[in-house]
Amino acid sequence: MWVLVLRRSIQAIGLLIALSFVTFLALALTPGDPLAQMEGRLSLSPEVREAWRRQWGWDQPVLVRYGRWLAQVARGHLGYSIAYQMPVSEVIGARLGATLLLTVAASVIAWGVGLPLGIVAALRAHTWIDRLHAVLMTVALTTPRFFLALVALLLAMVTGWFPLGGLHSPGIETAPAVPRILDVIHHLVLPALVLSVHPLAVISTHLRGALVEALQADFVRTARAKGLPPWVLLWRHALRPALAPVIVLLGYSIGSLLSGSAVVETVLAWPGLGQLAVEAALARDPDVLMAAVLASGAALMFGNVTADVLLMLNDPRARIEG
Amino acid sequence: MASASGFRRIWAHPRARRLLVAALGVSLLALLAGFIAPYDPRTQDREAVKMPPHRLRFRDAEGRFHLRPFFHPWRIVDRARWRYEEDRSRRYELVFFVRGEPAPLFLGVRTSWHLFGVRSAPSARRAGVFNREDRERPLRFYLLGADPLGRDVFSRLVHGARPALLIAALSLAGAFLIGFALGGLAGYYGGIGDAALMRIAELVESVPILFLLLAWRAALPLQLSVEVSLFTLVALFVLVSWAAVARITRGCVLSLKTQDFVLSALALGAGPGWILRRHLLPNALTPALIQATVMLPSFLLGEAALSFLGLGVPEPEPSWGNMLTAARDLSVLYAHPWLLAPGFAIWGLVLLFTELGEAVRAASDPRDSHSAPLM
Repeated sequence: MWVLVLRRSIQAIGLLIALSFVTFLALALTPGDPLAQMEGRLSLSPEVREAWRRQWGWDQPVLVRYGRWLAQVARGHLGYSIAYQMPVSEVIGARLGATLLLTVAASVIAWGVGLPLGIVAALRAHTWIDRLHAVLMTVALTTPRFFLALVALLLAMVTGWFPLGGLHSPGIETAPAVPRILDVIHHLVLPALVLSVHPLAVISTHLRGALVEALQADFVRTARAKGLPPWVLLWRHALRPALAPVIVLLGYSIGSLLSGSAVVETVLAWPGLGQLAVEAALARDPDVLMAAVLASGAALMFGNVTADVLLMLNDPRARIEG
Repeated sequence: MASASGFRRIWAHPRARRLLVAALGVSLLALLAGFIAPYDPRTQDREAVKMPPHRLRFRDAEGRFHLRPFFHPWRIVDRARWRYEEDRSRRYELVFFVRGEPAPLFLGVRTSWHLFGVRSAPSARRAGVFNREDRERPLRFYLLGADPLGRDVFSRLVHGARPALLIAALSLAGAFLIGFALGGLAGYYGGIGDAALMRIAELVESVPILFLLLAWRAALPLQLSVEVSLFTLVALFVLVSWAAVARITRGCVLSLKTQDFVLSALALGAGPGWILRRHLLPNALTPALIQATVMLPSFLLGEAALSFLGLGVPEPEPSWGNMLTAARDLSVLYAHPWLLAPGFAIWGLVLLFTELGEAVRAASDPRDSHSAPLM
């Protein structure tokens, strides 16, 4: 089993390198170099420009530059942000933490609410509860994230229940731990709720479908014929096979949460990686963009490998196959 | 032909038919945007900055009922904060099929006819009480209010359907054609080409799409013309979505390749071109088309999100995404919530296309009859 996990991990790293190469190539094809972005703020003499170009290696061919970039990333240096005028790792560090916090919170909500909803809908299949569930989930699935974020923003303004953006209140850094954590949670609620709506609907509808199928399976009928109580039927017999497709979704949902968070973070002013990536795209800050793509790609790969492991833990057959 | 029977099957499914008609209806509305929208979506009215929607009324102050809806114009009371109040002394009514500003329709056809417009109410006309300003600058009717530049939100909304549908349709066609051709060839010939193609498809499918779109969009100049930016969006969407179609087509071709009817055609001396064209691709057509249809909503959402972030359809050209950008400003959003209207439009269209994809899939699946479920 662990050999399989190892193989998947190596594959994932290969994909990640390919992804970074493709992105690097796209960014390198930009007409002009990043120096052109600084022109607006600094007036540079041609000699200085040449010196800088040589210093940053922008006079080299693309492949050489990519090789250098890769070597530098392998040593743990992510490059230098032109817009922020500081190393990318410093720019990204705090942002990554904020995005992980948001993503984890949204995942907890999505799974914590989505699974029970899916179970209830499956147990009451083809009743009004199931139909209501289907309608609600369709609405949740089709609502654009940034529109939802705007509506949430309006709600926060009208009711005044939630703070308008930011990771914490200004000046809270010196407060004791408990109010500080409560303050961050207060800021976290709205973005996490908005971000969780879409994965919640995906999880819930998939679990409902799989569970309805599992409840009709022969082995469940046999178990019912033995006279087992309904909750044993559900928890021990039907739920486990029904969880398989939902677990596969886990990997997808981790990756999509991270890239989906870009819009939500931008609208709700959550200082995370997504917001940074959007800023970097508008400011044309190549090293920051590369790091953001790399980080979200890594999250996606991590999600896929995690899903594989969970699948194997859930289903003995998956441990042999593959 | 397999495709004809596939289409007939979809048409026979009542839900799929209804949704297909609705989608065609929306496309027709978008095509006739110049006629349905009362004004040019780019015209700025400096006297109507952030103007609220005009309130259509049927009952006047004396309680009399009017069959023809009318409204009172807004009067600016606070130019600093753009606050308006109704001017009850003046009354305008809605008229349908009127001549107004000439507007381009499509393919160079122009129309000066519009679905609706306004004129001053009959009492005012009889009394000959015309405001001088009315004659110089006819009053504009804002069904959904005006944006911070004084442009008609309704006209922009109607015109905004065009880039959305155009991008979705072109992306669908591109993803389908490329995915279908590559997937079919890879499935039939196999070998190194197949393996390489599937690795690339895997790469494309496993990347964080929005981040990649951001990075690639950033690689292009910030200011692009409308045509170039539309084409760029389509190219980006095709680039990330052909793989799903290719994988499905390849799977179909692979499983069909060893079936008896293909083997017998081979034994009769049919060449690979004939077998692909005649036996394999027609049978893979429906699943591939369905996969492409299912991706329609994500194209719509992608266009809206990128335009919203300022990386898609450029101003002043209206798109639902870039219209919502105005609502990102907290104070604007709070005081002028009608600017959220394009959000509902996106939502409705995504809902329509999602349901359409589901219905088409259900209609083409012989196991999934639309009779009542078994239990």
